[in-house]
Amino acid sequence: MDRRTFLKTAAVTTAGISLSGVVYGGFAAELIDNPSPKKSYTDALKEITQDKSVKDSDKVKLVAPEIAENGAVVPITVEVELPVEQVKAIHVLTEKNHNARTMSIYFTPANGKAYLSTRVRLAETMNVVAVAELADGSFIKAQKLVKVTVGGCG
Amino acid sequence: MPKSAMVKISPKEYKKDDLIRIDSVIMHPMETGLMKDKESGKYIAAEHITSVEVFYGDDKITTMEVSGSVSANPFISFYVKATKSAPLKIVWKDNKGDVTEKVVDIKV
Repeated sequence: MDRRTFLKTAAVTTAGISLSGVVYGGFAAELIDNPSPKKSYTDALKEITQDKSVKDSDKVKLVAPEIAENGAVVPITVEVELPVEQVKAIHVLTEKNHNARTMSIYFTPANGKAYLSTRVRLAETMNVVAVAELADGSFIKAQKLVKVTVGGCG
Repeated sequence: MPKSAMVKISPKEYKKDDLIRIDSVIMHPMETGLMKDKESGKYIAAEHITSVEVFYGDDKITTMEVSGSVSANPFISFYVKATKSAPLKIVWKDNKGDVTEKVVDIKV
């Protein structure tokens, strides 16, 4: 399966699932009184770094769109240009989301490269922050402002 | 109920010790727990992936923590160094206890 077919299949399946999700959701979604707990950017950063300082670094390459028309699906790619042995983890934070701690990935040397690509939700225009946790216990980061036309968190 | 998932290795042709990219997609609604049900005014309960683990042969090589801020049907891509012929297994778990597994074979 080449990349084109893969993405096409993924897109078609996604569309199918989301349509069935709408129908299904009308009958069976579990309802609760209170929303999920909030986690602010400051709290999330504190949780990750334990109050250690985080330096901006050009070793962290964060690729995200300048403008995202649909905040529900914003592709982001993070790569740390250091040997993977020196990188323990990459944490992706979304500054103004209800839960700012979006995703973390923990590497081992078997990865060969400290790289993560995924798609995140952005509720509004905000900074996406990539924090790299290094093996020596220090933290470096890069951030990028993504302008969102239509928010992705309801 | 396990969800449907897809895993792809690129490039298709690789040699021992090459870096290969693993692209994965799982069909999951990723409910954040913040969306309101229009009729009842209540919140739709959170239902999202919380962890992803990657095993290469017997070794756990990568772990991920995932929140509801990740898009529906999460696409995740990362690298693996193809050091040996062994199955690569990805295990997704969600906050409702649902577990999905997908295996691809790495052949060098």
